[in-house]
Amino acid sequence: MRRTFSMGGVHPNDCKISADSEIETFPLPERMYISMSQHLGAPAKPLVQKGDKVKTGQLIGASAGFISANIHSPVSGTVASVGPYADLAGNPAMHIVIDVEGDEWEESIDRTADIVREISLSPAEIIKRIADCGVVGLGGASFPTHVKLSPPPGKKAEFLIINGAECEPYLTSDYRLMVEHTEEVLLGARIMMKALGVVKGYIGIEDNKPAAIEAMRRLTESSYSEIEVVPLKKKYPQGGEKQLIDAVTGRKVPSMGLPIDTGVVVQNVGTSFAVYEAVQKNKPLFEGVMTVTGECLSVQHNFLVRTGTTFDRILDYVGGVPDTAAKIISGGPMMGKAVSNMAAATVKSTSSLLLLTEDQTRRRAEGECIRCGKCVQACPMGLEPYLLNKLSRAGRMEELEANKVYDCIECGCCMFTCPAYIPLLDYIRTGKADVMKIMRSRPKK
Amino acid sequence: MRKLIVSPAPHVHGNESTRKIMLDVIIALAPSMLVAVYFFGLSAIRLLLVSVLVCVALEYVVQKYLLRRQPTVSDLSAVVTGVLLALNLPPTAPWWIAVIGSVAAIGIAKMTFGGLGHNIFNPALVGRVFLLVSFPVIMTDWTVPQSIFRPGVDAVSGATPLALVKEGLAQGLTVDQIMAANPDLTYGQMLFARAGGSAGEASALALIIGFVYLLARRVIRPHIPVSIILTVAVVSGIFWLADPSQYTDPVFNILTGGLLLGSIFMATDYVTSPMSSKGMVIYGVGIGLLTVLIRYFGSYPEGVSFAILIMNSIVPLLNKYIKPARFGKEAKHA
Amino acid sequence: MGTTFIFTVVTLSVLGLLLAIVLFLVAKKFKVVEDPLIDVVEATMPGANCGGCGFAGCRAFAEACVKSRSLEGKFCPVGGNAVMQKVAAHLGVAAEEKAPMVAVVRCNGTCANRVRTSEYDGSVSCRIMGSLYSGDTACRYGCLGGGDCEKACRFDAIKVNPETLIPEVSEDKCTACGACVKACPKGIIELRNKGPKNRRVYVSCMNQDKGGIARKACTAACIGCGKCAKACPFGAITVENNLAYIDFNKCKLCRKCVAECPTGAIHAVNFPEKPAAAPVSAPVAEAVENHKE
Repeated sequence: MRRTFSMGGVHPNDCKISADSEIETFPLPERMYISMSQHLGAPAKPLVQKGDKVKTGQLIGASAGFISANIHSPVSGTVASVGPYADLAGNPAMHIVIDVEGDEWEESIDRTADIVREISLSPAEIIKRIADCGVVGLGGASFPTHVKLSPPPGKKAEFLIINGAECEPYLTSDYRLMVEHTEEVLLGARIMMKALGVVKGYIGIEDNKPAAIEAMRRLTESSYSEIEVVPLKKKYPQGGEKQLIDAVTGRKVPSMGLPIDTGVVVQNVGTSFAVYEAVQKNKPLFEGVMTVTGECLSVQHNFLVRTGTTFDRILDYVGGVPDTAAKIISGGPMMGKAVSNMAAATVKSTSSLLLLTEDQTRRRAEGECIRCGKCVQACPMGLEPYLLNKLSRAGRMEELEANKVYDCIECGCCMFTCPAYIPLLDYIRTGKADVMKIMRSRPKK
Repeated sequence: MRKLIVSPAPHVHGNESTRKIMLDVIIALAPSMLVAVYFFGLSAIRLLLVSVLVCVALEYVVQKYLLRRQPTVSDLSAVVTGVLLALNLPPTAPWWIAVIGSVAAIGIAKMTFGGLGHNIFNPALVGRVFLLVSFPVIMTDWTVPQSIFRPGVDAVSGATPLALVKEGLAQGLTVDQIMAANPDLTYGQMLFARAGGSAGEASALALIIGFVYLLARRVIRPHIPVSIILTVAVVSGIFWLADPSQYTDPVFNILTGGLLLGSIFMATDYVTSPMSSKGMVIYGVGIGLLTVLIRYFGSYPEGVSFAILIMNSIVPLLNKYIKPARFGKEAKHA
Repeated sequence: MGTTFIFTVVTLSVLGLLLAIVLFLVAKKFKVVEDPLIDVVEATMPGANCGGCGFAGCRAFAEACVKSRSLEGKFCPVGGNAVMQKVAAHLGVAAEEKAPMVAVVRCNGTCANRVRTSEYDGSVSCRIMGSLYSGDTACRYGCLGGGDCEKACRFDAIKVNPETLIPEVSEDKCTACGACVKACPKGIIELRNKGPKNRRVYVSCMNQDKGGIARKACTAACIGCGKCAKACPFGAITVENNLAYIDFNKCKLCRKCVAECPTGAIHAVNFPEKPAAAPVSAPVAEAVENHKE
């Protein structure tokens, strides 16, 4: 029996219709918009001014704190402006706008396709290089990778798990990386294991991606024996950190705890690839693989896109937004963000543009809770979504806290499964935000 | 400019709906309905029609004119109540019994509490118990009416196995003597088809087919029915081993008296059963225990309906205090 | 029969006596001594328990007043000066007079003035909508129309107009408790002086974008041109971040600014010229006219 996480979860149709589309390089646009807030933590500080010439891979935004990340120019050209520009939700953030001229790279970057297998840097040098190259977690939260690879004092990592679950329907960017760049992903894992000082690594892949499991197995059996491929029974949200650790090792991250509390560090496939490129090729993170998909598109794509390309531009390239598309989502259909501003640009962690039709995405009228308990069964954290929703709407904060609303990972299983179409997560999210605020404001003992 | 839809995640839904679930329950009840119609003919059809119609119409009228809400009869929950009520009535019951039962079920048990999702007690069971208490003679007259589907079989008295045993024991007979006096009380008959008891109890097999269907469609989980049946088996087993002359055996207890109908279709009613797995098991064990105690020591030969209603009343407590297993250990108090 | 009767009576009597003793002892042991003045003050409060004073209900307010023996920083917006006078009399201190206030919605981005650029399909709540994105119009400062203010109001005083999707305040009912001000995630509701005869002048816009962008998003937006500030003889108007603000303590209600405003963003309400007009709908018509020009 295939392993999977122990409680809850749902089975959405996986809709991986872009799985067989090979990675294409997206043509350079004329103008790029590079956000300074592409990661969790403090926004980066712009290092260039209007009129400056920049090269591809040049540092243009400096990390502004411990939890922050460097940002590099994805193109060569002239800085057109530095100032606020609206993100995909229409909220302004500091952006550097660059007019593209040619594609002149920094000389220090190794642009050959050769795979560099020997890891010459020391653990400390690896972590510094990853920080210098602005690598962040590409699984969604965009947490700076070098911070995650530096466990706090007193905590020791035992395993590294590479997250190849890609449990969100439609997304195939990680899958394409695992199939087309198998060895680079494994090398990235090996590099991170060296940085962490661990000798055992896993790569968890859901069993709806047999080609990826096969490709990874072939290599791990021959030359990467320290890394074990773990096929996982398909279930959403397998790619959630806590769920993946549970599925692969059986360890449970404590409530309010971090993966490192169980001796595990989890990194996404895309991150592993970026780490390889940063450490072995000296290439900063300024491009990534992104799926452009949806049943309403005639052709499905996986693009290698430079960070800062606008959504408009990408959708124009695939033939414009079809009339049947009603919602555009950056990310997957379960946890992705709806795009309201098409002029917004991609960030490091943009993994997809998904176009859904009215039928697929329109919410239906909310009915009465029939107390079926399906949300309770579906919750991968063992919470009671029906109750949290009710308490949040009533503003009963103490009870929300007592019922562990802070453990909610906002995966959306409850709302996905609710037969009465109750927008459970909408209210649980606000309740969780309120409770977290109250908890943070309490004096620490 | 085109207007895109924007909303918080998740952006897709699993396409389950209240109506689909209710439809599944009706499909699962179909075998039992067919068996009832086969044995009891027109009277079963009449009871089914009357109670479904009255339940649906009453729900519609109350929602539209009393509560002044958008009627939600299209969710089919009233149909399920109607069918369950009909299957809980003696097949000879007159049509107006179904009307009164439906009014009690929908009017008293469901709509006064606020409609679907708010009732504490299972509506169909409230209807049945209301009738049982108000019209005890009609509700325990188990004459088998003539069925057009079984020509040549005359109307016969078909007292329920539990009633036969209770009566026999009261006369000072032992269980063995009662069984010997009623040669048609075989397990095979109870399992496949027996023309005695309420319309829905005729065939245990038909109920089990429905159970398997509900499990396969993931409408219900096995926790409640299995814990009820196991508890009944264990508790009645203990009594039976202690004194087989006074107490009936476990298999007899499981196959008779609407235990299967109750545990598969009535105790698993979403609204009136607990949400967490642990709560479900406690609830099931409680129903099983009460059922056996009422059957052995109560004045009614039947115990399932009362047991379920009693346990219904503590479901809010179970939901409040029996929490599902949380993921991960307790938060550390740093 | 006789013994059963006697037995029952005796048992119940003894039981009752025992429980009475227990109750008496418990009541004595856990008696809380409270200043009786708290009850007196509480009785003068309106009893709305709205929290508009900043305390958790009327009793908490009364307790705070009695314990500190001072009314500094304490004011019941619902009861107003009349109630505060009474409270002050009970406490034997002087009450500070406060001008009556009313909630003012500073957005006129009605459906006619402001084009919707996306369709929101989530839960109807400004809080949820606002934390998701900038809103379903091109103005990210304006009203979201989700009615959080309406839900927060305990006095039925603020209602979202289904045609304009902008909330309207009913002046008679509004107690200026400030619940709507707190509930609005965009911060567009302000408590302003009610003004003599309820006459008020205010800028009904919160947009801080540059003029062109603001105007493109909403025809009734303040474009920060500063004409009003120049026209004001009392120096009551300041323009900051492309947005004009009228200080109600300095404003003398001359309405020179109203005539100057090119977008009709400055609203004058309850003046005799337009006596019957509701506070929001009159300027809407004005703004629409401007738009046509």
